[in-house]
Amino acid sequence: MSSVYVAPSSEIAARRLGDEMVIMSVRDSTLFSLNEVATLIWQAADGSTPLDEIVQRTVCAAFDVDPSVALEDAERFVRELVRHGILSLSDRPITRVPATRPEDL
Amino acid sequence: MPAIFGVARSTTATYEVAIDIGGMPIRVRTASRPFRRMLEARYAGFVNRSCPEPLFELEVDLVPPGRVAGGGDVRVRQESGRWSIERGDFRAEWEPALRRGWVRQSPNPHSIDSTLRIVHTLLLALEGGFLVHAASAVRDGRAVLFVGPSGAGKTTIARLAPENVTLLTDEISYVRLAKEYRAFGTPFTGELGRPGANSSAPIEALYVLEKDRGNRLEPMRVADGVRALLANILFFAQDPDLVTRVFQSACEFVARVPVYRLGFVPDATVWELIR
Repeated sequence: MSSVYVAPSSEIAARRLGDEMVIMSVRDSTLFSLNEVATLIWQAADGSTPLDEIVQRTVCAAFDVDPSVALEDAERFVRELVRHGILSLSDRPITRVPATRPEDL
Repeated sequence: MPAIFGVARSTTATYEVAIDIGGMPIRVRTASRPFRRMLEARYAGFVNRSCPEPLFELEVDLVPPGRVAGGGDVRVRQESGRWSIERGDFRAEWEPALRRGWVRQSPNPHSIDSTLRIVHTLLLALEGGFLVHAASAVRDGRAVLFVGPSGAGKTTIARLAPENVTLLTDEISYVRLAKEYRAFGTPFTGELGRPGANSSAPIEALYVLEKDRGNRLEPMRVADGVRALLANILFFAQDPDLVTRVFQSACEFVARVPVYRLGFVPDATVWELIR
């Protein structure tokens, strides 16, 4: 799953508050909050940077963590957000601009 | 066409009451004098008699009970800038651009009360404010909010308030954002059955109520604060744009106003924890 691209769904609203990212699905008003590490990935999920590069640049650069373990965790996290419909996943770069851009991405 | 025979019955003869909640006066017009009297009594502390130009107008079309059909849940939809609001006991339309609307209902206080709440939620959503299931009170010129669903203790904490506290509401708080967040009194009552004071004050803190075995106060994580606030904001429309606005409003509020979890026993000493 390493050569994949991720971007926020067009049906979310997001806001960074302190170290956390708070995200709401505007479809069903479900609320999610991301911790500091997950927020790093979320903010870098621009649709054009592969996930493995995001993990390398953000998580591995900020924390002393094994790259393969970090990628595995990131993939699990991404799958969960995709399942909730707040993140889009593709094996090609995602060029679509989300209708609702998180304010501070 | 003028009536030649018979008695012409005017449907436009109107009685008016300007109901001023949260500094957003709505002129309610009705052809029924008894209905106007009911409005004046129900919203006594919020009737603005010196309000030449209310911001908004709401025409009430009274029909016999049972003439308005529909389910029990409220449905709020927007089409071409016009909001339609429907529940079993009333139908209403609201046009924000024209600042006016109408409601068709039987002569009862509950339908107009619900219509006013919903119209205010729509007005507030556009300017960063909201109505929220919360008691609110003013002490030393600063307001505090106690948020929680039914049964969380809003009325209890209002009842336990010391004498130097002015109650704004024990049920639904009115929050507006200008330079800072302000809480306004509302006539929307809970079990206390007493309308709040028609005044306002800047908001000092939000307390999320939780019944506990003792009184305790702890700061909440921002995400938990947003979650608690959003769960209690009155919002009826499914419109994605407005849902996004309400979400951003809740985040902005939590970013600016401290949020605490307040565990309490039904005892007046809980007010000693409240700054």
